[in-house]
Parts: sequence; structure tokens; C-alpha cells
Amino acid sequence: MSERKDLELIAELVPAGSRVLDLGCGNGELLAHLRRHRGCSGYGIEIADANVLSSVQRGVDVIQLNLEDGLALFDDDSFDVVMQLDTLQHLRNTERMLKETARVGRIGIVSFPNFAHWPNRLRVLGGRMPVTRVLPYQWYDTPNIRVGTYADFEVLARKCGLQVTDSFGLQGGRVVRRWPNLVASVAVFRFEGR
Amino acid sequence: MTQSLTGRGSWLYFADSAPICSDLRALQQMPLKGDTACPVPACRRRRVLSFMGSVGLVTPQQMSFSEPLPLKSGAVLADYALSYETYGTLNAERSNAVLVCHALNASHHVAGVHADGSVGWWDNLVGPGKPLDTGRFFVVGVNNPGSCFGSTGPMHVNPATGRIYGADFPVCTVEDWVDAQARLMQRLGIEQLAAVVGGSLGGMQALAWTLRHPARVRHCVAVATAPNLSAQNIAFNEVARRAIVTDPDFHGGHFYAHGVVPRRGLRVARMIGHITYLSDDAMDAKFGRALRAAELGYSTQEIEFQIESYLRHQGDKFSEYFDANTYLLITRALDYFDPALECGGDLARAFAVARQHGFLIVSFSTDWRFSPARSRELVKALVDNRIAVSYAEIDAPHGHDAFLLDDPRYHGVMRAYFDRIAGEGMR
Repeated sequence: MSERKDLELIAELVPAGSRVLDLGCGNGELLAHLRRHRGCSGYGIEIADANVLSSVQRGVDVIQLNLEDGLALFDDDSFDVVMQLDTLQHLRNTERMLKETARVGRIGIVSFPNFAHWPNRLRVLGGRMPVTRVLPYQWYDTPNIRVGTYADFEVLARKCGLQVTDSFGLQGGRVVRRWPNLVASVAVFRFEGR
Repeated sequence: MTQSLTGRGSWLYFADSAPICSDLRALQQMPLKGDTACPVPACRRRRVLSFMGSVGLVTPQQMSFSEPLPLKSGAVLADYALSYETYGTLNAERSNAVLVCHALNASHHVAGVHADGSVGWWDNLVGPGKPLDTGRFFVVGVNNPGSCFGSTGPMHVNPATGRIYGADFPVCTVEDWVDAQARLMQRLGIEQLAAVVGGSLGGMQALAWTLRHPARVRHCVAVATAPNLSAQNIAFNEVARRAIVTDPDFHGGHFYAHGVVPRRGLRVARMIGHITYLSDDAMDAKFGRALRAAELGYSTQEIEFQIESYLRHQGDKFSEYFDANTYLLITRALDYFDPALECGGDLARAFAVARQHGFLIVSFSTDWRFSPARSRELVKALVDNRIAVSYAEIDAPHGHDAFLLDDPRYHGVMRAYFDRIAGEGMR
């Protein structure tokens, strides 16, 4: 997920010149990329000290917050795009954060590991939890406290009243639009609140 | 000049002028403390404690201002002087200046070491190779009017009456201080500061700079501060003020004429202040319930616990050097600071003028006097205005005092932000 190619493919979903809020911005790489190549501005949100430092070092404006505390800092529709890349699966209040994403941004972009990727299915069929490049953890030490599939997210989006405007899988640095729930290790959704 | 290391600091041997003796050992054999003069007669060599990366020996300067300074209260401050120090070199474009604002009991002595051996209060942050690098920035520290470290204050003569100001020294606000600092910058030839930085009350001044003189500063670094004081916070200040004002030696603020100092009041004021600067955990870790003697003395008035001894010691030390009227004035400036007030309580509207600035806001998790929640209010007001802001919430155990310590996460973010300012080419 942290791969450069995936990041660039997801960045293409962001309209040029957008104001962007990046929830779980990591080392600020995406925001720096968006600023440089697409003329975007905005903030990253991070909880980890090391990532806050890396972001400031990159010249990215970063705000140290725990996403579990919600997005009370941000007004409705105050951003063009709110991104939640590789973050959703770490949060307890997944559904609330999804609604918050739609509240604060005009467009939401989410990516997460697709648990239904075929090697994962095989592994589960074999009776064991998957350990892969995208899901590199053992079941007992994974920070991914929410495991879901591409198809699961479509259901959750409907339940939250979100209108999916684009969605695809990512596999090996390529966009996958045919059977993404089976052949992609990463799921990507772009949506708008209704 | 020779140096020898002792722990984190080093002893610096120097002489302002000739003559010096040939026998350095005479001075080396003197007990290690503060500032020591060579015992050899007529020798001008001295030894002071210095630190790695220090700006070294610094001498405070004074600037006098004859044009009266209009104050928020409606009063004016006439014929005043400001003490200040500078470190580093102002570049040809005059674009690399950083102003450091001090909090309650600090001064213009931000970094380096005075001839008397006293080390600057933010020496761990400011110096060559330090987060605020004096190799790149021209750093200025100013003592605010009303303080007691050299700038015009209540212990000085009021030119209008020929008598010591005492309680008649005009009440100064954070904004008044910022105006005084702006005049000093003007006189130093600094049209626009690269940044203004401060912690606690100093952070309030840094914020006020962006509101009052938005065109004259590019970045604001506000640490462990708040958009205003809470009722609880004002309450602590009031307890301290009452301790001073009710000391029989206070004489309504005109104690100078009586040749006394309201030491008892100052001691208690410092004790209560000190409690609020530390976290419960930090105090517990340092003192716990440790006793001073081997067993309880069953006395209501003698010291039983180490924490009592520590607080009394802090109070005693403070009462030796701090001015009682200054304490009243500075705590009042804290109480009054409230930039949202003029915008109907809307902090975001207050910061609308600061749209061109970059901000770094830092808070500490265990700081209950200037809590992270208060810093988040600032961040929200900035975000509402789409202002460039970074915010770090440092998980440190030390309470409010953390802003003076050199936690690597805290100083890492400070360094990164000042690097960014330097990288902007100081246009």
C-alpha cells in the first residue's frame, strides 16, 4: 500500500487544486506529492510522533490527533477531498469515521487491504489466516482490527448513505476494474455524501 | 581560551581585557561554581559555566525610547528603555530575524551565558546547531516593560513625578508588549521577522504578533499556550496576587520607599505557581511522600515532607530576585489576554488577519495549566481560516514546565519547523 505507484494511482483521483485532508497521513508523502504535482493544499492528520516529525520535515502541515476522537476540529464541507488511505482498518469506529469523512469533505477517498483477494481466500480455505505483503501480520499481532472486503465496503457505503462515484482494486501497481474483489489486494473507493 | 568538560556543561576560561597571568592552574584550582575570577592579583581572567553549542558569553544591551508608548488601558508609557540580547548575525536582506518572547519570570537572557555565570532560560533550544540555530538565524530576546530584569519597570523612577513607579506603573497587556517589541525591531532595522516564538505567556505574545503586526512577521511558533486563561487559571493568579498584596511589607505597592520587600507574599506566589507548572506524576516521581527527617516530627509548622522543603526553597530563591509589582503586572497581562473578545468571542474571526502566516503549535499531554485542549482551540481557529498550521501534542510527563526542557520529540519538531523557515530562503 505504501508503494509509490499505488500512491500515484490514488492521487489521480484528487482534482487539481483541491483542499485535501489526509486522515492518517503517515510521513506526509501523499500530501507532498499532491502539492507538488496537482497544486493541492491542506493538512495531514497523524497520531504517531515519528510521522508527525517526518511530515513537518517534508514541509507538510500536519496536525497531531487521535482519529478515534473524531473530526470535531473540522467544519462541514470544509475540504474538497478527505482521504483515508490504509487507515480505516486500524480504527474502532469505522462507520462513524466514514460518516465524518463524508461530512467534512465533498469527496471521500478510501483505500484498505481487500481481505477477499484470492490468495487470502485460499489461505482461509486451508484453515489459516492470511499473511501476505498487504496483510503482513499474524492474526494475534495485527493492528488491522477491521478486516473487510471490497464487496463489504460497497454494502457499508450504501448503509452510510454514501454515493460511490468510482471504485477499483490495486494489484501490483496496476488498477484492476474486472473482478477487483477477487484479484486485487487493495480496494479503493471514491464517494460523495448524498 | 581553553575548555574542559564537566558533565553536560563546560567551563569556559576567558578574559575581557589584559592583563592575564601565566598560571591558568590558579583559576583551575578554584571551586567550580558560577563565575569565578582568577585569584592572582591584577589578572582579569575568569571562568564561567558554558554548554556545548552555546552562543557563549553574551552581554545585554539597552535601547531607550523617547516617544511615548500608548497602552491598551489608555495610559502611556513615557521615556522607557528595553533590555535585549541578540545572537547570530542579521543577514544582508535582514530577513533571518527571530524574536523570542519570554514568559512570567524570564527575561531577555534567552541563550548563552552572562559574565556572572547565569545561563539563558532557553539555552537548550537556541544556539549554534540547536533547533533554533543561531548559525542561520539572528535571534533577539527582549525583556518586556514592567518586568524586573533591566527594562523599565515598577522599580524605576517615573519621569512624570520623579518618584519610583511602584504600584503606579501602568498596567501592560500582551498587545502592549508586542507593540514595544515591534518598536525595538524597527530600531534594529528588522522590517519583518522570519518568526516569533514563545512558550506559555511568551506563546501568547507570539500569537498576538500575527494579529497586531501581521505584515511584520512570517511564522508563529506558540508552545504550551492558550487563546485565553480559564477561570481556574485566573484563580491561581489571583491567589498569588493576594499573597503579595496582603503581605504587610507590600505597602500598597510602594514598598521601595520603606526599604523592605514583600518576601512572604512573593514566596507563597511562587509556591502556588510552581505547583501548577508541574504534573501530579512528575511531582510524585520526584518527591512522592519522602520525608525530610528519618521520622515524623508531629509538627504543624515544621517541614515534614520533601515537597514542602522544595517549595519553600523555590519560594525563597524567587523572593530574592523577583519584583512584587512585576508579578502583579505580569499575571494581569496573562488574565487579560483574550484576542477573541473583540470578535464577539469568535477566535476564528480574530485570526482572519493572520492568513498569510505559517504556524507551529505545540502542547504537552500532562500540562494541565495550558492543556492540549486549549492548543486545539487555536488549531481549530487557524484551520477554519485555512491557515498553514502544524500541531504537535507531545506526550511528556513534566507538565507545563516541559516547554523549557529538551524532550527529543519536542525539539525534533521545533528543529524541523525552523529548518522549513530557513529553507524558504528567508525571502
